[in-house]
Amino acid sequence: MTTTHTPPPTTPDALPATEHAPHNYLNETRGIWSWMTTLDHKRIGVMYLFGVVGAFFLGGVMALLLRTELISEGPGVAKTIGDAIGEGWEDTYNQMFTLHGALMVFLFIIPAIPAAMGNFVLPVMLGAKDVAFPRLNLFSFYLWCIGAFLFIVAILYGGLDTGWTFYTPYSIDESHSVFKGMIPATFGAFILGFSSILTGMNFIASIHMLRPKAMGWFKMPLFLWALYATAIIQILATPVLAITLLLLIAERAGDIGIFDPSKGGDPILYQHFFWFYSHPAVYIMILPAMGVVSEVISAFSRKHIFGYHFIAMSSLAIALLGFLVWGHHMFTSGQSVTLNAIFSFITFFIAVPSAIKIFNWLATMFRGSISLKTPMFYAMSFIWVFSIGGLTGIPLAAIVTDIHLHDTYFVVAHFHYVMVGGTVFAFLAGLHYWWPKMFGRMASEKLSMWSWLLIFVGFNLTFFFQFIMGSHGMPRRYADWGVKLRELGFDEGQIELFSFCHKISTVGSYVMFVGFLLLAYTLAKSLLAGKPAPRNPWGANSLEWHCSSPPPHENFATQPEPNDPYNFTGWKYDSDIDGFAACDPKPLEH
Amino acid sequence: MSDTQAHTESHADEPHAVPLWLLVGVFGLLLVLTVVTVGAWMVDLGSLNIPVAIGIAVVKASFVALYFMHLRWDSPFNGAVLIFAMVFVALFISFSLIDTSQYQGNVKEAGPPPAEIEGLEKLAE
Repeated sequence: MTTTHTPPPTTPDALPATEHAPHNYLNETRGIWSWMTTLDHKRIGVMYLFGVVGAFFLGGVMALLLRTELISEGPGVAKTIGDAIGEGWEDTYNQMFTLHGALMVFLFIIPAIPAAMGNFVLPVMLGAKDVAFPRLNLFSFYLWCIGAFLFIVAILYGGLDTGWTFYTPYSIDESHSVFKGMIPATFGAFILGFSSILTGMNFIASIHMLRPKAMGWFKMPLFLWALYATAIIQILATPVLAITLLLLIAERAGDIGIFDPSKGGDPILYQHFFWFYSHPAVYIMILPAMGVVSEVISAFSRKHIFGYHFIAMSSLAIALLGFLVWGHHMFTSGQSVTLNAIFSFITFFIAVPSAIKIFNWLATMFRGSISLKTPMFYAMSFIWVFSIGGLTGIPLAAIVTDIHLHDTYFVVAHFHYVMVGGTVFAFLAGLHYWWPKMFGRMASEKLSMWSWLLIFVGFNLTFFFQFIMGSHGMPRRYADWGVKLRELGFDEGQIELFSFCHKISTVGSYVMFVGFLLLAYTLAKSLLAGKPAPRNPWGANSLEWHCSSPPPHENFATQPEPNDPYNFTGWKYDSDIDGFAACDPKPLEH
Repeated sequence: MSDTQAHTESHADEPHAVPLWLLVGVFGLLLVLTVVTVGAWMVDLGSLNIPVAIGIAVVKASFVALYFMHLRWDSPFNGAVLIFAMVFVALFISFSLIDTSQYQGNVKEAGPPPAEIEGLEKLAE
């Protein structure tokens, strides 16, 4: 690693649990330029964190507007916005859900845990000073910024209304009024893909090259296993997205027939290309989340993780199986019957490694000394929502029931339970878990718990009722849903049910929004006036808890001895510091 | 990368020097195979046209990877990664071909939709 910084004068490992290193990565150098040119993985992780949270806020605002539009039949907030920008209200609605999906998927969910938390934690967990390629790390952050900028250009330039999947023929329909933002948005996703690939390469190289000699593969924390499996997917699958979007741009700009049937192209081929990336991308979102949950569940159960090897291997199994099931998104596309049967069959296998993780987490909690702090609440919420998301995937994996449920609100609820309920709850678990380490400040436990409660209740209110709507046939993506459903022959009783569910769903989204506002307030308050965090507030034992909070610039003055990350016996709660202190002269050895 | 943290998996830092005659030989072989590719295009092998073309391309790519990218002298792990990636490419292409081969017949039989034909005719006029 190349750096011009001098090592901190104080050895963090020598500090008592109550003291903080006078120099840490936050105050090592000052000024915005020092942040913009930093090679410190922790600063890059923090910059990612603020970036993805900004994208989450924008995507969340879009979601609130969508839910507000759907609270009643007929034109609402979409008409107000449409009038302002000179578009029809239905087109405006289409743009709103497209931007919501694209912002959330490409700018938030995919990079949130690996890029923000992974960057911060991975080298410290390895006992290393930085990632293997620090300059590449900063470059991938700037690629993320360029991708985000292009999305903003797409919005300002005329928007797009294809849905986040950019499906052909919508995306090659030149006559459409809101088509102008298509190329900037796809180019933005293309650039973001490179950011993702470079981060994945960096993580794989770091895990291979920077692991201490004594840290064998099966002595790594499970979060690192999760990041490793994620990086494999990022490297293998993301180039396909880049190729797909490049072909789409070539077709639009060069008038070449690739996906457009009128030019000899094949629109279904686009779906193959897109989902070959985007289904594994679901696991780019979920696997790091599962890694966070493994860390949190074990630490807050004060018990060694149950089934370490099975959890580690199930991450790899999910990564590999995730490549073999993309066609289950295309059961109703006209895809061949043979492939439908093959994809349906393989999809059921995905449940096995996912269930291995769930049961091992539950077994870890069983007879553990469970400490109900905020990170644990979020981790347990993950198990709840991800289980519902996974189980509701079964009728979507079976061809017969998928025909009925396809493109209904059942699908919307299912993937929100998996992607948002899963990833966001784990992201929040990780955020609360590593917050004291990141910023050296404790957040108010009371306020954090209230925000968790509001987010959890709001989330389930929002999306559980969408399962009911979807199973009764309510289609997704209808702006003027009342009129359209009557035209389709739905009776008034069904319309009344949908109306009721939409209202509950919208109220739920408002509750969730209040929860997020409270969360933002809590964390901001913690930054400004939070209690200084001890080195190890939770009594966890992976290496990041062995350095001060926040860590010094190069994490460790000397390379620490690796330890069993799930053996907590060497730490004892000390009420004086409201955290854990090492209680055994040699507690951390195997 | 920090010297103190280099893992035992890392290999010697000195680059492997490939003899010039070998590089020139491989380059010559690639040129010959390019001629073979063109020759194969001139001969109609029926259903074997695509497999033969892909086969020649795979052989050429293998020589590039083995000699120009030094994979022959590299860690077996890197070779495994390459093969793994190739398996996924093959998987993607074969599954997509299974699909298109099943419905392409129907598409060709049906032809373009009438509106498209009218549109094209007007355009041609």
